[in-house]
Amino acid sequence: MNVLDEVVSDQLRTDLPELASGDTVRVSAKVVEGNRERIQVFEGTVMRMRGGGITRSITVRRVASGVGVERTFKVNSPRIEKIEVVRHGVARRAQLYFLRDRVGKAATLRERRSRS
Amino acid sequence: MGRIAAMSIGLIGRKVGMTQVFQDDGTMVAVSVLEVQPNTVTRLRTTARDGYTAVQLGTDETRTLTRPEAGQLKDLPKLKTIHEFRLDSVDEFTVGQKLDVSLFEAGEIVDVTGVSKGKNFAGHIKRHHFKRGPKTHGSDHHREPGSIGPGTTPGRVYKGMRMAGHMGDQRITIKKLRVVRADAERNLLLVKGSLPGARNALIFVRKV
Repeated sequence: MNVLDEVVSDQLRTDLPELASGDTVRVSAKVVEGNRERIQVFEGTVMRMRGGGITRSITVRRVASGVGVERTFKVNSPRIEKIEVVRHGVARRAQLYFLRDRVGKAATLRERRSRS
Repeated sequence: MGRIAAMSIGLIGRKVGMTQVFQDDGTMVAVSVLEVQPNTVTRLRTTARDGYTAVQLGTDETRTLTRPEAGQLKDLPKLKTIHEFRLDSVDEFTVGQKLDVSLFEAGEIVDVTGVSKGKNFAGHIKRHHFKRGPKTHGSDHHREPGSIGPGTTPGRVYKGMRMAGHMGDQRITIKKLRVVRADAERNLLLVKGSLPGARNALIFVRKV
């Protein structure tokens, strides 16, 4: 194995589900409030996937009380408790920036049919 | 004798490349990976004999050495790369001793020295960050350096004028880099930030 891959290999996470752009996910991230730590859940559509290996990140978008909120997570980060895929959406590109211009039902993606 | 800046022990390594790692607090940091095979102490310089004190380290075992080189090393392993680190005292070292990355620990500050990538003959824009002229609108001043000084008085160009010329391939020291991880098992040292030179370049890492 390449030395650089070896260096990060023990930090790569294998416990996460397969993610794809357009999926609706529920990300449980650890946040520090004052001096105590709690888990914050963020649910939304995977709008952007970037990078590979240890640097892989996803940007999750949701509309919360009429305001669009986007959060970027490093997928392999130890600060992420778990990621659940709620729904597979159909997306034909990795970056779904067009979702930013859409509101309501237009911002939803068709559900992907299982390949079975 | 005046005190020189580099007065601490270090190691000889080679640059592997860059990557990113997560730290204990969950933040990510860009690191350079150095391969530091255990260095052998090949000689001790003492004031009585050599007029200065230093530890000479060697690494990179090889099969062929010239006879003068082999004579210097005597019964030590055949080492290709030799470098001296000047110290105030060499009492704690002995010839033949091995030093590895466990010399460093995470969080420590180090200085690194290497030779930067050569950029050949570079123009003033690349070499000195000059601004370029307009590309269009009748401009004939595309990548010109502009004025390089006064005219008849003094009738010459001042020394040190920034102009085009050879860039890179210079000995560069980067100070105050933080050690992120010292992996004695794999002989790897991870430092935050970038290092001079290409992959496989020789790098000296020194304690501050």
